Amino acid sequence: MRYGMAIDTRKCVGCSDCVVACQTENNVPIGYCRDWVVEVMAGTYPELEIEIRSERCNHCENSPCVRCCPTGASHLEQGGIVTVTHSECIGCGACIQSCPYDARYSHPDGYVDKCTFCLHRIQQGQGPACVAVCPTKCMYFGDLDDPNSEVSIALENRKFKVLAPEAGTRPQIYYLI
Amino acid sequence: MKEELFVSGRAIPNIDPYLNIWHWSIPVYLFLGGLAAGLLFFAGLYSILGKEKEMPTTVKWATFLAPAALVIGLLCLFIDLKHKLYFWQLYTTIRLQSPMSWGAWVLMLITPLSFLWAGSYVRELKPSWKWTFPLLNKVEVWVAAHRKGLAWAMVILSVILGIYTGILLSAFNARPLWNTSLLGPLFLVSGLSSGVATILWMSKNHAERVLLSKIDLILIGIELFLIIHLFMGFLASNAVQVEAAQLFLGGEFTVFFWVFVVILGLVFPAILEILELRGIKIPVVIPALMVLIGGLIFRFIMVEAGQITRYLY
Repeated sequence: MRYGMAIDTRKCVGCSDCVVACQTENNVPIGYCRDWVVEVMAGTYPELEIEIRSERCNHCENSPCVRCCPTGASHLEQGGIVTVTHSECIGCGACIQSCPYDARYSHPDGYVDKCTFCLHRIQQGQGPACVAVCPTKCMYFGDLDDPNSEVSIALENRKFKVLAPEAGTRPQIYYLI
Repeated sequence: MKEELFVSGRAIPNIDPYLNIWHWSIPVYLFLGGLAAGLLFFAGLYSILGKEKEMPTTVKWATFLAPAALVIGLLCLFIDLKHKLYFWQLYTTIRLQSPMSWGAWVLMLITPLSFLWAGSYVRELKPSWKWTFPLLNKVEVWVAAHRKGLAWAMVILSVILGIYTGILLSAFNARPLWNTSLLGPLFLVSGLSSGVATILWMSKNHAERVLLSKIDLILIGIELFLIIHLFMGFLASNAVQVEAAQLFLGGEFTVFFWVFVVILGLVFPAILEILELRGIKIPVVIPALMVLIGGLIFRFIMVEAGQITRYLY
């Protein structure tokens, strides 16, 4: 089992609903966010191209944050989900430094916090909150090892990319292009 | 043209617009850790070589600074933790892939060792000294009997401590400026050099000072060589590392790095030490302080600049 997400950059309109859903679902403190939306504008007028991406922790297979954690607070959960055990985290910041995507932050309570793919919802058979609320249904979540899962089908039929593959982290969020 | 913006808004404290999660306490600790490693390395080395009488400052007196440096350094590390009351979690596990875990355990071993070593020379400094607790008399006898073994432990642990302060940074592949295997040796040599400079400053023995000056010159030479290689490596590497090097080659850290670290912290003290060896009277405090301040600024710059560099996508 290997959880992953595919996000359609052509369907995403950048409404930021996923960001608000996450903040509400996970009680993210004000001023912080576990996911965010980036708009990339490239080219010269009138030949402009726009790409909108909803970004979050990539739940990397080769996760530098898990490797550098001195206490084992950062660890891989079932299906390769990267999470932090708050009571083991000392707040040293090593994992924040190690993330090429700047997907982690220091929670005002001291521990390091990040996207969990809404593990608590997955355990109840639901998908992540960001996927559930997306009004354009541009996000697909599921088991990458299962060829019939939504995410596997989406990846089979479309071209895709991952962010900063040269960092060698083997990210598990795929952007359909 | 390529323009990128957060349409959802994102201004997480210490993460945006650029990473700044490690503040002053980390470079101060890296400096003090390197300094303690330098002091203890040479104390252990010359004790093993049987030069206790010829080099009293190296083997005995300068080591009194090592426990102080380590304790202040540990305090700095503690100040930097954001979830402080859980710090003991470091000592519930050994994680071989995490440089920070290595560092925590090495500090756990070398800090008491430095207290033992310095403590065993208190009576020589002050013959009338009496330990408050009778147990400490036994410890003193034990240290004197096992000095050779402790010296070896100190040499090995101080090399691990000195090199780990660099590997701590170089293991972060997400920060292109740090992600070079030269950083470990560079921080080690810089730490040894600051240790030698401190001993040099304290020493009153002419023969000892001459030898220490020569050692420091060699260390400074190695440091300059490593710095040149560092930039050669960056410029021959991928786009993000070329960009990281640009911070020092025309970018915002250029003046600080080349003037305060390379010229005033390495080249100038080296020239002063050469002149001193040639017999010109120069107060040794000048080159020693310059090496120390240069080493401290070097760590501040590396920590600060490294956090700015990142992957672009």
